[in-house]
Amino acid sequence: MSMKTVRIDAKDLHYTPLNMKIRAAVADGVKEIVIDHVLGQRFIADGLRGDDVTITVNGVPGGDLAMFMSGPTIIVHGNADHAPGNTMDKGKVIIHGSAGDAVAHSMRGGKVYVRDNIGYRGGIHMKRYREKHPILVVGGSARAFLGESMAGGMIIVLGLKGVHPVSEQGVGSGIHGGEIFVRGTIDDLCLGGGARQAPVTEEQKSVIRPIIEDFAKSFGIDAAPLLASDYTRIAATSARPFANKYTWE
Amino acid sequence: MTIGSIPLRFKVEIDPDQCMLCGRCIENCSYGVFRKEGDAIFVNSRNCVACHRCSAFCPRDAISIYEKPTDYRSHPVWTREIREAVFNQAKTGKIILAGMGNALPYPIIFDRLVLDACQVTNPSIDPLREPMELRTYLGKKPSSLSLKESADGTVELITKLSPNLQIETPIMVGHMSYGAISLNAQTAIAKAVSRIGTFMGTGEGGLHESLYPYQSNMIVQVASGRFGVDINYLERGAAIEIKIGQGAKPGIGGHLPGEKVCADVSCTRMIPEGSDAISPAPHHDIYSIEDLKQLVRSLKEATEWKKPVFVKIAAVHNTAAIAAGIARSSADAVVIDGFRGGTGAAPRVFRDHVGIPVEAAVASVDAKLRQQGIRNQVSIIASGGIRESADVAKIICLGADAVYIGTSALVAMGCRVCGTCYRGQCAWGIATQKPELTKRLDPDVESVHVENLIHGWTLELAELMGAAGINSIESLRGNRDRLRGYMLDEGLLNVLDVKTVGA
Repeated sequence: MSMKTVRIDAKDLHYTPLNMKIRAAVADGVKEIVIDHVLGQRFIADGLRGDDVTITVNGVPGGDLAMFMSGPTIIVHGNADHAPGNTMDKGKVIIHGSAGDAVAHSMRGGKVYVRDNIGYRGGIHMKRYREKHPILVVGGSARAFLGESMAGGMIIVLGLKGVHPVSEQGVGSGIHGGEIFVRGTIDDLCLGGGARQAPVTEEQKSVIRPIIEDFAKSFGIDAAPLLASDYTRIAATSARPFANKYTWE
Repeated sequence: MTIGSIPLRFKVEIDPDQCMLCGRCIENCSYGVFRKEGDAIFVNSRNCVACHRCSAFCPRDAISIYEKPTDYRSHPVWTREIREAVFNQAKTGKIILAGMGNALPYPIIFDRLVLDACQVTNPSIDPLREPMELRTYLGKKPSSLSLKESADGTVELITKLSPNLQIETPIMVGHMSYGAISLNAQTAIAKAVSRIGTFMGTGEGGLHESLYPYQSNMIVQVASGRFGVDINYLERGAAIEIKIGQGAKPGIGGHLPGEKVCADVSCTRMIPEGSDAISPAPHHDIYSIEDLKQLVRSLKEATEWKKPVFVKIAAVHNTAAIAAGIARSSADAVVIDGFRGGTGAAPRVFRDHVGIPVEAAVASVDAKLRQQGIRNQVSIIASGGIRESADVAKIICLGADAVYIGTSALVAMGCRVCGTCYRGQCAWGIATQKPELTKRLDPDVESVHVENLIHGWTLELAELMGAAGINSIESLRGNRDRLRGYMLDEGLLNVLDVKTVGA
């Protein structure tokens, strides 16, 4: 099968015609799509299917990149606005830069890698289902309410380039499933209600090792110092934080 | 001292002269009221919730159920309900969970509105003789049309029309999720709405694969938990509804306890079996009206702008202004869910005290949208407390395009409004996932009941319109002149924009 590549110039192009071009290319059997001059277009690859499709975004995509996406890989050369990977089902988003708030919001499957930093509420209400196990990895730092209401999946924050992974409040607030790993530890005061932290076990570290290696490889980072570091796992104190809240009428 | 047990809520009596010890009451009661010992059936009245399953299946009318057999000292302030809530919370220190809709005796505005009929000066219309147009289109309507006439005289429509839902009667069935109600109950409703040519909502529970044959009559819901939402689900629905809030519990999220997440519910919601399904109070990607626009557009973009997107909000103080924002968000319809809306489970304090009646909310939304010249941008769907065809006619006069019914569809399938849906023990097989209970509900039989109900209401609606000399639902919509307020205060008459009786 021949590899077909298509380049799309997104200059002055609204997101709807842009997505139409992407869909048309995928329908045409194109496996490599390169989009140049992206400047704030929202919803790129929204609801797009195609397990073997790779989309390279040159520029800064707008909000909800890869929302509801099911399959493709997106590589962004630039920063991304809020909620890349929103309610994503399958696929991979690799951001060579930073991203805004609610990254990987409600993500059910696939991976989102952000090389630098993310905003507030990263990985909020991520969930898992059967073979679907969503993973968000952040190279730099995350702001407040990381992993809020998390129901499943995994978040890893590495704190590269000397930044602290999380130094704001509400980490894992209302978490009732899934796990958050940070390199080093976080201040207990930053933990949200219902979350607790503990050093990772060898078994847990062996689970995150291949993910960190894949992340490092994606960005050409040396994985060795990351793998040599100590990690902390943040998880729910109870799988059922609401179970004892109610009484019957 | 101890609080002790509270007085019985219901007393169950078996008439020994009538009872033939057939044991149907024992089989049917899912709450453990009846037991057989020797040659007699004994009752434990304390377990009774008055769901009437036993008496409905007693072949000899031997069972009587009495409410509140023991009185408290009567007091207008310290009602029985207030006292028992205090006892409950004194014992538990918890939030009281309650089922069904608002249980406080607020006056019902519908019952203080009367409809008009023609006498002498304008002729009424007999629906038997003349066609009555009840077909309704939900979605954006263009504010103007541009046409192009070509040389050969053909006229081409230039204006791009937005997708609309076509319904044959302005009555749809609202969102009751699989999880809240059984799959058999959803299936019965699905069969009914597809035969009628109307729609039902999936609720925030995903779409079970056995309902795929009915997907063209389904409105799929996207709520804050995003349960069951993926691109396949969005593409299956005839329309997509974003649930911001619910009339029975405005401002809070939902918790489906793990006990109700059986294997099948787990697949449909796309969460692990036995895990709590927690829907956050807000959508965490919507913190503003601009963000709402982004979610609306993300759904349209995902489905290539082929489907209408609705936004459902609970009726609250500022509903009119919120709806005006929604009308500008690219949404195609706004659903206004009044404070009488039903629910499987809601904190009692929310169910009874938060939100406003749908009548006032719809009237104010319709007025606001007209004032701003954007009424054509969205349809208005009224839900929460629509009990009969007269309510449908009245709310359409107040500006609604269509209604969602919920509780009345369940009542058509046997529900007795006992209000204990949250226990998952529904003896009628509606609000439960227990196989031995859900199998009691035959989807084919109950679909006929739901269909009959909507058909009966539709006939009555046509009669009411005919009596008012109106032959198209379009002419009833927002037609406040055909309503009068009876014993409503001036402030409310102004909000409803309705005159008093006699005026």
